[in-house]
Amino acid sequence: MSSIAISLLDLEADNRVCLDAEDYQKRPGKWCAGCGDFGALNAIKRLMAKEQLQPDKTVFVSGIGCSSRFPHYVNAYGFHGIHGRALPIATGVKLARPELDVFVTMGDGDCTSIGAGHWIHATRYNANMVVLMLDNNIYGLTKNQTSPTTPQGHTSMTSPRGAVLPALDPLQATLGVSNASFVAQTADWVPVHLYATLQAAYDHPGFSFVRILQRCPKFTADVFQKNVENPDLTELLVHENGVDVPALEQLFKSRRTHDPLNIDDARALAHRTDMLRLGVFFRDDNRPVYEEIRAVPKVSAEEKVARLNKEFERYAV
Amino acid sequence: MNTAVIRPIEATDVPEHTVEIITNSGEGAQKCAQIFGQTCAKMGNGVWTVEIIPAEIEPPHHTVTSTSGNIIRFGTEKITNWGDQSKLAIAFNDQVLLSRHRLDSLKDDCIILLDSCWHDHEDEEIRRVYDEAIEEMSSKNYRMILVPFEEEALKIVDNPSHGKNMFALGMLAEIYQRDVSIIEKQIAHIFRFKPAKVTEKNIELVKSGVAWARENLDFQFRIKSIPFDEERIVMNGNQAAALGAIAAGMEMCAMYPITPATSVSHELSEIIESYGGMVHQAEDEIAAAGVAIGASYGGKVALTVTSGPGMALKTEFLGLAIMTEVPLVVLDVQRGGPSTGLPTKVEQSDLLSSLFGQHGDAPRVVIAPRSIEECFHSMVTARRIAETFRCVVIILTDANLATGVQQFTRPALDVRWQQGPIDQSPVPEGLRPYEWDLDTGLSQRIIPGMPGGQHTVTGLAHDEESLVSYHPSSNELGMKMRSRKLAVFQSTLVPPELHGEEEGDLLVVGWGSTEGAIVEAVDQARAAGHKVSACQLTFLSPLEPGLKEIFSRFRKVMTVEINYSDTPGDPYITDETRRYGQLAWLLRAHTLVDIDCWTSCPGQPLRPRDIYTNILAKMEPNEEGVAA
Repeated sequence: MSSIAISLLDLEADNRVCLDAEDYQKRPGKWCAGCGDFGALNAIKRLMAKEQLQPDKTVFVSGIGCSSRFPHYVNAYGFHGIHGRALPIATGVKLARPELDVFVTMGDGDCTSIGAGHWIHATRYNANMVVLMLDNNIYGLTKNQTSPTTPQGHTSMTSPRGAVLPALDPLQATLGVSNASFVAQTADWVPVHLYATLQAAYDHPGFSFVRILQRCPKFTADVFQKNVENPDLTELLVHENGVDVPALEQLFKSRRTHDPLNIDDARALAHRTDMLRLGVFFRDDNRPVYEEIRAVPKVSAEEKVARLNKEFERYAV
Repeated sequence: MNTAVIRPIEATDVPEHTVEIITNSGEGAQKCAQIFGQTCAKMGNGVWTVEIIPAEIEPPHHTVTSTSGNIIRFGTEKITNWGDQSKLAIAFNDQVLLSRHRLDSLKDDCIILLDSCWHDHEDEEIRRVYDEAIEEMSSKNYRMILVPFEEEALKIVDNPSHGKNMFALGMLAEIYQRDVSIIEKQIAHIFRFKPAKVTEKNIELVKSGVAWARENLDFQFRIKSIPFDEERIVMNGNQAAALGAIAAGMEMCAMYPITPATSVSHELSEIIESYGGMVHQAEDEIAAAGVAIGASYGGKVALTVTSGPGMALKTEFLGLAIMTEVPLVVLDVQRGGPSTGLPTKVEQSDLLSSLFGQHGDAPRVVIAPRSIEECFHSMVTARRIAETFRCVVIILTDANLATGVQQFTRPALDVRWQQGPIDQSPVPEGLRPYEWDLDTGLSQRIIPGMPGGQHTVTGLAHDEESLVSYHPSSNELGMKMRSRKLAVFQSTLVPPELHGEEEGDLLVVGWGSTEGAIVEAVDQARAAGHKVSACQLTFLSPLEPGLKEIFSRFRKVMTVEINYSDTPGDPYITDETRRYGQLAWLLRAHTLVDIDCWTSCPGQPLRPRDIYTNILAKMEPNEEGVAA
């Protein structure tokens, strides 16, 4: 989405002031203390400041759930939609206004359950937008029900004896969709990596799917605890075309160079369960972008009337 | 069959005729009828056509369930409905003909042109069912003429199934003295993407049909046309809606395939890109609504097109558009329901679900075009209402309008219809996203890109600033403002015009596509001396003003609709249990008038004679005071 970032020259010409990260926060987030959504919001604010996004040229679209409150807290246009349907709304916005920066925030229930059909197809459309799938492995807002990404055995109000099915892996699923163009995973407890991943997603021209692993302090605080405490259980995928943060080298000993253009390796890595992997699994900047392949020249009102009048000839009596 | 034809034949003058072309599915009845209907229209006749289509693409041939066909009613005057029974039928086999006989679709003295290849067919079983069919139909005085459709077509093409229809078209051209050059032009247009020899073969078939009829038939009919001094176009309702969408400046049609609405998107897919717009075929009905709402939120004029089952799926999204006050036009081409129902057939069963099919209070505008011409203009009207009132407008057409072909005054296009929805100038300081005028509920729309206007719209209850609010007063204010807009819109409407006297014994009230049949039946009743008038509603939500006063001028009021209602006198059906037709429900609640109804849901348009019969029954109640 870098193509429309405004240059400093533009800023001067418009006499606009430089915005810092806090300028992008409209109001304080009302999530529980310790919620991973705060980390995502902070990273987004940093990204917006870095790219100097214009609040009035940026749209955040969301579904329903804790994470979908996101647009209310960002200084931008926002559309807080209905459960599972953020992606169709965002697709419509992008088709109508390709020049706007579009971000989508949705939870694991939104994306992998009630809106799963849209997830597959939006991936395939490959419209240019950054998609934050805030995955806390649980339905939080409705107070603790099992989601498709809830680990097998984890107890919830709807699975008091533990989730009966193996968790759905959103990376495997997304990487399986034809025309997927950007698939990454990051985590709320590694803010530097989260920010760098969102930056890469923003730079990618196309549908950038970022799964953000995040803790729900109320219902899934334990799920990622091992990984939070022991960085050795996490492997970073690094590459110049993906994410490579030198500052993390000391903390994360396990690092793997992975070319994000290699879809076979990406799929193989997504299927491995030995470690948690963060980084860009797949990225292809040359996939066709939906709003670009559907773009048609603008036609003036007068010309439309003239063409339609001509069209009537076919039906003339 | 007559062998000695005396030439020249004197054509019989008739004011109108109804012709059926009935074939196995896949034998081209639609194409033949479509060209014939268009030709009649282009020659200045009034026309109405109705498709007879099975839901399957090509069900097993030569069975009563494989019937595919088309009915063309055409006449000197304007034709507004499919009429009663057919006077001439072309049938490619005995079984499809039998299906029409069983539906009582053929007039007692109907002329039937039946393929001659069956009565002495080599297969004994085929001969047996043929004989049985002929026997069953002998109760009527049909004039049965055997025609070698298959044999003649084989002289020109290898596969007669792809040629008989054009041979039949040629025969019709001769019987009704149609201008063959008009037919040729249409054939050339239909096959414009095929090799030239396809067009040539088809024209050859037509000419051979003309020659055969000239040689062998002893009758012709002449249906005069009245010269008209205005430009006219002829098309079906889905084409009219598609062109209307373009005329209305719509640039985004998001849809998912569903019968009988899909052909709107076919039409749009063909041309909308040359108007700077697009058809987005979404992954499902829900997404189609979402994309349309997203595009409208972004400032495009957006439409979604569907039918009943799709409406059900879009419900939650419609609520979101209503709650966020994002303008949206929804075209629902109604079909038979519930569930999958009758996908290819007509019904008017989505009225109440369109008005109320929603959790919470979700006021929306519902309009029902009464003719194919109104299918066109309602798109322009709908856009204007949707944008002025920041609301959802549902247009209810149906399978009858969708596939029926009728000519109408060529619309005078207005360049203002194409204007972008709103300007992009900066949002004035202090203007809130829902700056409701407390009298009218209207507010200025702000869309992304407008400097200084950033805010988040939400399906949650919200205040004027679009902030989520659970405060009792702000929730009630939002409800009030969304509802008030409908009342304000209603204040711009005028009372409906009546067909017939302003007062009388019975007022027949209909909505949407049934106008033509109702008016025809009412005219018959009036000619028979009854004090009956008709009132056809277009605006269903809000309802047109003055209804209660109008109803008070009639001794009885009865709705006529193509949907289900309980029949008084049936087991368990009492005043307490009787469920009324959908418009009757609505009008009873709206006016507190004891409105009766006669409804029918046969999966086909209403017949004027059936309406007439029920008008008479209403005029003369039986001993229990219950209409027969």
